[in-house]
Amino acid sequence: MTDTVDTGPMRAADGTPLKVSLARALRRQKIRALALVAPLLIFVLVTFIAPIADMLFRSVENQIVHDTLPNTVRALADWDPSSAETPGEPVYAGLAIDLQTAAEMKAHTRLGSRLNYEDPGISSLFRQSGRNVDDFGKAAMKELVAADPAWKDGATWGNLLGTDKWVEAQTAWGADKTGLQPAFKARSGVAGTLPRTLGAYALFAADARESGRKSALESKPWPALATALEQDLRAAAPESLSALEGIDTALLARTRDAVDAAAPVDYRADFLAMDKDWASPDVWRTIRVFSPQYTAGYFLNSIDLEKTYEGITKRPPEERIYVTLFVRTLWMSMLITFCCLLLGYPVAWLLANLRASTANVLMILVLLPFWTSLLVRTSAWKVLLQQQGVINDLLVWLGLVDDGHRLAMINNQFGTIIAMTHILLPFMILPLYSVMKTIPPSFLRAARSLGATPWTAFWRVYFPQSVPGIGAGSILCFILAIGYYITPELVGGTQGVFISNRIAFHISSSLNWGLAAALGTILLAAVLLLYYVYDKIVGIDNVKLG
Amino acid sequence: MDSRTGGDAAFVAFEHVQKSYDGETLVVKDLNLAISKGEFLTMLGPSGSGKTTCLMMLAGFETATHGEIKLNGRPINNIPPHKRGIGMVFQNYALFPHMTVAENLAFPLEVRDIGKSDREAKVKRALDMVQMGNLGGRRPAQLSGGQQQRVALARALVFEPELVLMDEPLGALDKQLREHMQFEITRLAHDLGITTVYVTHDQTEALTMSDNIAVFDDGRIQQLAPPTVLYEQPMNSFVAQFIGENNTLLGTVKEIRGDLAVVELDDGELIDCKPVNVSKAGERTKVSIRPERVEFNKARLKPGAHTLKAEVLEFIYMGDIFRTRLRVAGNDDFVVKTRNAPDQVRLQPGQQIEIGWLPQDCRALDA
Ligand SMILES: Nc1ncnc2c1ncn2[C@@H]1O[C@H](COP(=O)(O)OP(=O)(O)O)[C@@H](O)[C@H]1O
Ligand SMILES: [Mg+2]
Repeated sequence: MTDTVDTGPMRAADGTPLKVSLARALRRQKIRALALVAPLLIFVLVTFIAPIADMLFRSVENQIVHDTLPNTVRALADWDPSSAETPGEPVYAGLAIDLQTAAEMKAHTRLGSRLNYEDPGISSLFRQSGRNVDDFGKAAMKELVAADPAWKDGATWGNLLGTDKWVEAQTAWGADKTGLQPAFKARSGVAGTLPRTLGAYALFAADARESGRKSALESKPWPALATALEQDLRAAAPESLSALEGIDTALLARTRDAVDAAAPVDYRADFLAMDKDWASPDVWRTIRVFSPQYTAGYFLNSIDLEKTYEGITKRPPEERIYVTLFVRTLWMSMLITFCCLLLGYPVAWLLANLRASTANVLMILVLLPFWTSLLVRTSAWKVLLQQQGVINDLLVWLGLVDDGHRLAMINNQFGTIIAMTHILLPFMILPLYSVMKTIPPSFLRAARSLGATPWTAFWRVYFPQSVPGIGAGSILCFILAIGYYITPELVGGTQGVFISNRIAFHISSSLNWGLAAALGTILLAAVLLLYYVYDKIVGIDNVKLG
Repeated sequence: MDSRTGGDAAFVAFEHVQKSYDGETLVVKDLNLAISKGEFLTMLGPSGSGKTTCLMMLAGFETATHGEIKLNGRPINNIPPHKRGIGMVFQNYALFPHMTVAENLAFPLEVRDIGKSDREAKVKRALDMVQMGNLGGRRPAQLSGGQQQRVALARALVFEPELVLMDEPLGALDKQLREHMQFEITRLAHDLGITTVYVTHDQTEALTMSDNIAVFDDGRIQQLAPPTVLYEQPMNSFVAQFIGENNTLLGTVKEIRGDLAVVELDDGELIDCKPVNVSKAGERTKVSIRPERVEFNKARLKPGAHTLKAEVLEFIYMGDIFRTRLRVAGNDDFVVKTRNAPDQVRLQPGQQIEIGWLPQDCRALDA
């Protein structure tokens, strides 16, 4: 039929292969479409995905111990946590440096709070020790200055530990102090010989850079540097010191001799004198167990387990609350969803089948709660349900309830269920209504004309078609219920609170964000799991919002 | 008004039925209608004339405000719809979307507690009856409009009702399919001997399918008659205009002599007509003539018959027929249809001619 010899691929009018030109046309379309949605996409990513990612990260993140106590953590690796002995001198020596730098940066209280989640009482230990720990540094500095007064001068430290280039740049910055100080660069070789000093100095330089007022070279050196240098000089081999290039090796040699001549400090004894808790193996076990940068500890806490040096164990019975709370949250949310369905279905049916004018009035009644404050509605339930409240008064007046045995309907689970059912009801009614609105009345009529009783017609024909609405409403109600916290907080008492109340507590009161994040993550996972199960059983395409 | 009042022989009878939805206006006004067993009755009328309402009252979904509906001689006003045993086909088919075709058909049998094997046999028979035997496992959404229509029909028939109601069942189909289904439905209705009440606003459908047609307008039956009578002898000007194409001329009755009336048209010309619902001289009347009964070949008219002057406005060639538009007695929409025969005259626009007709083809109706 064709009069051209058709061997190659189909070609467009301009001779390019049809596939290529089609792909090009589609690509342009795709790019345009993407450009159109890009602002929204970015907005969603930033405001929605990012916080969730942050929450997931926080639930396992544990860098504070590792970052604040680097020397201690390193030395502690050699200690056997199951022994009843306290760790050896090197651990206390490391702690002397770490605690001083932490105190300079005010990080020791944060670290104390972090460890306090795992071992209550530990935070005061850190706080108090942080106050006096620079005694070590001051003594060490006195010793160094006695050997050579140059140690008083910040520049001496900078020249020793930083590269020549950094020192130059830092000096230049000191002249006009505009912009940020140059980032600290370590001199090659010092990391091997003077590791503790270098670590402390890096923090010192970073601190100066952050405060931004004085150059690191002009600032008064931290006493912690003296402690670190003293320990380094005792540990270092003399040859390695003299092998360092580009520095005043004579100064180092002189100082080393002076340090060697002095009696070594007994850090352990001094720490024990400062606070006898430093002799407790439990403190050291906690530090050791939580020294890795990432931890499952928050998640274990969330399910009433704890991480100890012996592995994962159950928490003591009186501290187990989260599993109970999770289970309670789940079953009460289901119950609330079910109550909403039970009450909402007939209302939605009426809405969908009444005359338009009547239905509109009813719709306003359904929506009315949305226009009143949540707090007002919840408080109204307090007024109604409390022991001296309207319902109890009525029951007593009717003689149904004895005045001495008024019903407890609030500050318990009953109160939470009643109030939350009321609050979530519109979220069930609206999707049900919009689905029912699409079911033509002729289906019911057809069923009746075919001989079905009103009930059979409803159950066999109408109900199956309203299932997508039930699915949508139930998912909506359940997901809202599972994360609710204001209403349970107000009317739930102790027995009617949800896991969200605990999360809110950890976020705003105990400031244990890691645990809050872990609890939130578990909640998220539970919802996703249920969603998946729902999809398997009912099918998510069977959910219709309208 | 021409309607038969249901005697004892009637299978379905409406007796003085009235219906109002809002208590202010009557949607159905004094309806009297008798349908005999096995009859195919069509309710024809413009939209809003109350046809569906009548059907719904018969099916039991609406209650009559006044009057009585009888089925097989028994008043059914107080019988709920599911006990009436009336099959029904809805305009949108109302096939249950969550059930397969076979389940849809089994539904009326299940609710009647018919055993499984019996049920399956009946479903199969009903599906075969509408030539859908192999599609029992499909969902309604997977069927074409015509197939859905067949299923709806089969479902209304599967429990062997004696009376089937259909409310514009072919409204959603295209022309060809509609014509085919018209034939199928009439064939099935006659083969099974069921009584059918069929509602449509399409006059061709009504004319081709029915034994009797009840023309509805304004909540009343305007005429109840078999198709041929309805077309050739409309009893009032509404029916004349609603059924088929019709030319209308306005005038006043001059005199009536037996079955011949002389009418003076508004421009003073006289014509001969058959008096239908005019009774005395001086009455206003609408004269109705079918376009194919108009004659302009004088040789074919009776000698002495009145003729009218006409001017040709337009000539339309339509293949099998010619359609000529004339100006007659001030009416610019007077249409004449002529067969395309070898000896047929083709009129030219602007031509002045004279037209006439046999008096019995020209009906003097109410104004
Ligand atoms: N459920 C109803 N409520 C109020 N008015 C109705 C209802 N159904 C029909 N009507 C009115 O009754 C009249 C007749 O309607 P209907 O019987 O559906 O006419 P048809 O079927 O001939 O088109 C219309 O004016 C319509 O507006
Ligand atoms: Mg209708």
